[in-house]
Parts: sequence; structure tokens; C-alpha cells
Amino acid sequence: MASAIELSVNGAMRRLETDPERSLLGVLRNELDLTGAKYGCGEGECGACTVLLDGKPIRSCITAVGDCAGKQIRTIEGLASGDKLHPLQQAFVDCDAMQCGYCTPGMILSGVALLEKNADPQPEDIIHHMNGNICRCGTYQRIVEAVKKAATVQKGGVR
Amino acid sequence: MITHPKRQRGLAERADYIEPERYELFAEPKYHFALDRRDFLRIAGGGIVICLLAADADGQQRGPRRGGFGGGGPTELSAWLHIDEAGQVTVYTGKAEVGQNIRTSLSQAVAEELRVPMASIKLVMADTSLVPPDSGTFGSRTTPDMAARLRRMAAAARETLLDLAAEQAKVERTSLVAADGRVTHPPSEKSFTYGELTKGQKLAKAVSGEVATTPVEKWKVLGTSAPKVDAAAFVTGRHQYTSDLKLPGMLYGKVLRPATLRGTLTSVDASAAKAMPGVVVVHDGPFVGVAAPDEFVAEKGLAAIKAATVITGDEISDTTLYEDLKRTGSSPVTSRFGGRGGDSQGSVDEGLAAAEHKHEAKYTIAYIAHAPLEPRAAVAQWQDGKLTVWTGTQAPFRVRDNLARAFDLAPDKVRVIVPDTGSGYGGKHTNEAATEAARLAKAAGKPVKLVWTRQEEFTWAYFRPAGLIEVNAGITKDGLLTAWDFHNYNSGGSSIRPLYDIPNLRAQSHNSRAPLAQGSYRALAATANHFARESHIDDLAAVVKIDPLAFRLKNLKDERLRAVLEAAAKQFGWEGAQSTETRGIGIAGGSEKGSYVATCAEVAIDRASGKVRVVRAVTAFECGAIVNPDHLMNQVEGCVVMGLGGALFEAIHFDGGKISTDGFSSYRVPRFRDAPQLETVLVNRPDLPSAGAGETPIVAIAPAIGNAIFAATGIRLRSLPMVPEGLKS
Repeated sequence: MASAIELSVNGAMRRLETDPERSLLGVLRNELDLTGAKYGCGEGECGACTVLLDGKPIRSCITAVGDCAGKQIRTIEGLASGDKLHPLQQAFVDCDAMQCGYCTPGMILSGVALLEKNADPQPEDIIHHMNGNICRCGTYQRIVEAVKKAATVQKGGVR
Repeated sequence: MITHPKRQRGLAERADYIEPERYELFAEPKYHFALDRRDFLRIAGGGIVICLLAADADGQQRGPRRGGFGGGGPTELSAWLHIDEAGQVTVYTGKAEVGQNIRTSLSQAVAEELRVPMASIKLVMADTSLVPPDSGTFGSRTTPDMAARLRRMAAAARETLLDLAAEQAKVERTSLVAADGRVTHPPSEKSFTYGELTKGQKLAKAVSGEVATTPVEKWKVLGTSAPKVDAAAFVTGRHQYTSDLKLPGMLYGKVLRPATLRGTLTSVDASAAKAMPGVVVVHDGPFVGVAAPDEFVAEKGLAAIKAATVITGDEISDTTLYEDLKRTGSSPVTSRFGGRGGDSQGSVDEGLAAAEHKHEAKYTIAYIAHAPLEPRAAVAQWQDGKLTVWTGTQAPFRVRDNLARAFDLAPDKVRVIVPDTGSGYGGKHTNEAATEAARLAKAAGKPVKLVWTRQEEFTWAYFRPAGLIEVNAGITKDGLLTAWDFHNYNSGGSSIRPLYDIPNLRAQSHNSRAPLAQGSYRALAATANHFARESHIDDLAAVVKIDPLAFRLKNLKDERLRAVLEAAAKQFGWEGAQSTETRGIGIAGGSEKGSYVATCAEVAIDRASGKVRVVRAVTAFECGAIVNPDHLMNQVEGCVVMGLGGALFEAIHFDGGKISTDGFSSYRVPRFRDAPQLETVLVNRPDLPSAGAGETPIVAIAPAIGNAIFAATGIRLRSLPMVPEGLKS
């Protein structure tokens, strides 16, 4: 049954009437028009729907929206500051770390979560952390490069 | 452009001939884009329009010209280009962007010839109301065909601008220079932007005959790693795929499927669903679906429908798949399937009789799924008897015609628009989701979005065909090939003909009764045929104890294949490298669709657990003159990773009429941990026309891995996937 839910999405409070059992992914995409998070499998196996909940990467397709009340939700739409891309978004562009781009928002948010807890991840850390995100186009090596590059940039190294 | 071979041609003639795979052999679009000059200018506004006629698309006449531009009659178009009065360039092409980055490479082609910055070009792609008919985006034809056409068209546009400038400046045309979106007259320092030249114009021109294009050595934009067009839209989530679209009043659709592949729904009781507020139920023949204002409600509505499945065919199972393919295999396929049936020369029997060593083996290829991360999706809208469908497809005009047939409409009442799509790999040629969304939207009287679930993708889409391949070959004691007898049952004829020098040769493709829906897949049967061929060649090298690379080169004159084999081996450090019991190295190579590939793989094997991991893959690739090195490298890497899945563990299983591998938890695809260290050597051949590159690099990785496992263990794996449950002794 529908009930009133307050969500904090990208720093803004959003109020809506919805069934708390609905997936966060469905609410983000269909109610809040935040379509950056993608449906890929509906079972938490591919990572295309990844968003950050209190800084942790979660699979929004298997997360009930009712469980997100009072928590901070970050989506790909909230990552850049105006026209200035987040360093990891920029690194994906610079490394051409995508082909069709469908996995890209989920990949970037998984990578951001890693960078926020580990400022200097090694390739094996990145692979371990991101193994749940599928890129069917097979750009994994470039994504690892992009995360490394963003880490360097964030530490104030070469851009 | 796919052309149908008019007759069987000799082997020598056919070596470089690119034929369509049987799954890609579609008729030319039935309907022609018929517009006259006023139509173009109405769509485009003022400025100049340049059209490329299909009859001239390949620089030659293909039959009598149908009317002509300005003649008022119908004109067959291949592409068109508009420069508006502000100098903005818009190019219209029927090709679709599915991640292969042709939006970028085609923009490069136009920028190069038109002498404009990439940023001033916009491509309108795959919108059937705006672009000329196109058979589809497949077969690696965009680069050799469409890019070549756009270059000619853009070069003609540049020449037109030079004409206009000469007229306006009243100077000798030859003294003018076009560069960076301007025409300049250096002696007088007069300069016009393209917008200044097109202002006030209403000029439409058709390109006919040859147009000189910029030679490779003078390329400034082509041949460079231009960044992906619209990359920022993808990394910010701003790009809207079909599945992201939302129209006012739009409903969300769901379709009820039978319980088995060969079943039909029966005893449908939708009364409970119909009673749910806002739910629209459609039950029309075999089609049962719902639409609702909310996706969540649509799911509930679907779940509320009671139905049974009546089995209308065999309860198919994969337990006897390969026996069945052999048993139902036809005699060799003939030119009915595009001449891909195969080839023969000499006498295989005599060649085998003359051989010192003979080697016979069977190879099997499992069904695999494309599993594009964006599932099939469509948004359909009816307005005033016209149907508009946004959908991710590689063949928008085919989808348009199928929709017209399904709803008994004239094709010009149907518009198909393809947003840049979340990949295809050959899997999105068809129109299932488009038709289903349109049926629901018609009943609802509102737009409907339908996105297939992952389970629907794995169950109701088509697959890369399974195959059984039988090979018998003979060699002399010195390791020269004398005979080659090769039969592919069901998976197809792509690259079935070996490039090795074999005097007695028979390579044939046989159609079988296929239990599952099957169709196009990246590189088609070339993966299967290369796997069998390059594994078998490796066995033969071992029989005469010759190094696998040396054995290949000894039997190979083809310079382009030799070049990539040598380039991959050099980068890998093949010479002097040795396999051990736990570390194997292997090499394989081949050619498909006009390009050449070789891969060296290194595998690590844990004999206790049977775990096999590819640790390094070095691939050399040559596709003529390189258009965009970084994007090319990305495609090569992507092919190797995707090919690794089919090589090691991907397989569709079915039993009792159902697909049992119907999600990413049961159907394993390559992940970060599976990806080896990838090294790519691009062999540039500026002296050769650019070939497509999104498919061929996939064909060598599977045999390279198999050969590496063999080198380490002596175990020859002849089934794809090779180690779905690890290596068994």
C-alpha cells in the first residue's frame, strides 16, 4: 500500500507517495526521472543499477525504497558539479573506458565508493571491488585504468 | 551494402570477397525514400543540401537510375547532408550506434572531407522518417561502405562551398582554400565561414559519379583518436537510451510468456488484472500483455493473470544437441544462402591418401547469448493512425516494415527511431519488443514503454547458433598440409575456407534443424570455424613436432595473415617462450570480413582445482587504414574479453522445453576478474581501404586459449565452452 516516503537524493529532499516495497531503482527512474541508474538484471548480479546509499554502493534493483528513508542517496546525476565532471567521470572519458555506455553510471558509482574509502587503490583492489559490475562490451582494463587515473588526479597528481 | 553473389565464383576470385552470412541476407528495403528538393529544404530549412544517390553509392551504376534530383521522380538515397545558414552540419544516415563508436568514426569521415571541426557536425542516425533506407548495422559494413559514402558526399559539399565562395568573392576557384569551417582566399585575405556562404541559399544537389576524397597520407581527422562523441552524456547519465524515455501519459507494459519455449498460452483468465485500477489487458491471439501507469502495478497485473501453457512442439533438451544437429544436417548449403556453403578444390581423398599423418576430430559449439546489458526495449505511440516506435535495433527499416505488416499499415505510417543503444553484438536485428509495445499502446490509447526483463532476454531472444564441426586433415612428414575436409553443421559458413595453402580442400556448411531461435552474433560462425580450424592446425603441428607458429607460417602464403601472426608473436615474446605444466602459451589467427587477427594467449592452470585463468592476451589486428586508433583498440580489447566468455564458460542450457540459464546468476559472462592483461598491436595498412573492426578480433581468442591449455597439459579441448566447470583430467 502506498505511503508517504521522504528520500534524500543528491542532497535534496524528495517526498512521494509510493509502496515502500517498490524497488529504489523503479522509484528513481519512473517517479523521480533519474534514469542514470539502469535496469540490467533485476537480481543484483550486474551492477548497472548501482547507486550510493550513505556512501556504500548498493544494487537499487533489489533494494526496497522503504529501506532508504532517512539515508543519503547519490546517483550519477548528482556527481558532477555543474559542467565540471567528477574526476572519475573525466577519467572514463579520457581513458575511453566505455563502448555502449549502459554500464557506465553503475561502474562510476562503484568506483567512486572505492575511491572514497581507498585513495590509492591498486589494480587488484579495483578488480575485487568492482567484480560485481558487468561491462558486456569488455572494457574492464580501461575501467581499471580510469579508476587509477582518477585516484592520481584526486591526490593532486598529474591530470 | 550487402550484395548477393550472382554466381559461384572460383576460389582465387573469392579470397577477398566478403559475403553475407545467411542470417544477414535480407532483401534490400522494399520502399524507397522519395523526396524532392522542396521536401529536403522543408525538413532542413535553408542552406545547402547534398544527397548521395544509392545508385552511385559504390561509385558505379547498379542498374537504371530511378528518376533524378529535380526530375521530380523517386530518388534512391544513400545518405544526405545539410549545412544550415549558420554553418551547422547535419548528416543523415541509416546506421545505428550500439557502442561500436560509429557516431564518432562517421563524424570523423565528414569532418575530414568537409574541413570542419568535429563539434560542428551532428549525425541523425537510424530515424526512418529522416534518413534514407538502410539494410541495417551489421556485417562490419559501416566503415567500408557508409564511411566511404559520407566522405564522397562531404567532399562534394566542400566543392559546392568552394563554388559559392568563388562566385561571391569573384575570384579564381583554384585560389581558394577550405579549412576549419571557412573558405579563404589567401591572396586577398578574404575569408567566409560556411554559414556566410550558405546564408540565403536554398540549394540542393545530388552527388553522382566519382568524387575525389582525401588520400590517407593527407588525413588530419581520420586516422586520429578522436574522442567518443557525446562521451560526457554517457558518464553523467544524461544520455537517454530507449529504456530511459518517458512520454506524457505513458504506460508501462509487460507481456505474459508461455511456460515453455514451444508452448502457447491457453485458458487465459485476466479478470483479476482487468479489475485493477489503471490496468489495461490485451489478449489477442497468442499475445497476452498488460499496461499500467506504473511499472510496479504492471508487474502485479501480469501476476494476476491466470493461464496455462499448451505444448505445441517437442519438449526440447540439449542432452542430444550435437547428435541432433548432425542427424538433421542438410547436404552442403548452396548459393541459396549467399554462396557461403563452402568451397572445394582438388581431391580430398587423394590428398588424404598421400598424407603421412592423418588427423580426424569433432568440435562442438554451444548456444550462447548476446546478453546486451540494455535488454530489448521499445516505446510505442499512436497518433492519428500513425505509429512511432523508439527502439534499440540494428535494423530500423526492417523493424519498420515488420511493424507495418503486423498492424496492416503502409510503411510510411510507421516511424522507427533508434536512440544510441546499450549494445547489440548482432542480437538486436528483430522487432519483438517494438511489436509488443505497439500492440499494448494501440489498446491503451496511450504511449507504452516495454523493457524486456533479463529473464525474457535469456529466454525469448535468439542465440548464436550451436554447431558440430567435423574435421579430417592430412600432412606430409615435413608438415605440409595435403588435405582438409571440414564440415560445419548448423553454426554457419563464415570464414569456413582456410587461408592455409592446401591443395585438396573441402569446407562445407550444412543446415540443421535448430532447436532454438538462432541468428546473427558478432563475427557469426567465424568464431566456431576458427576454433575448430586453429585447434586442428595446432594438433597437426604437434604431430610433426613443429612449433605452432612455424607450422602455420610454413603452410601460409597470405601476407596479411602472416603479418598479424608475426606481430602478435613478436609482442608476446613467442620465440624462446616455453609452456610448463601450469603455464601454457598458445597462438591462433585468421581473417573475416576483410580484416586479419592473431592472438597469443597465456593461461595459468591450477591442476589441483582445475581452475583455468587467462593471464595475458596479445592481439595483433589489421583492418586496412586505421580510422581511429584508440577506438579500434577498444574494439579489439572488447572482442577478446567477449570471446573469452564463449571460449571458457558461456553456454545456454535447455531442458524440458525451457532455458535453464536465464539470468546472470546462471549464465556466466566475463567479469573484471576474468579479464586478462590485454595488449593490442594495431597493424596499420594505409595503402588498403579501411575495413570494419567490431567483429573479427573475436575469432582468435578461443583457439589461442585452447592451444595454450594443450601446450601446458596435453589435453585438447574440442568443445566451446572449454572449461565451464574447470579443467578435468
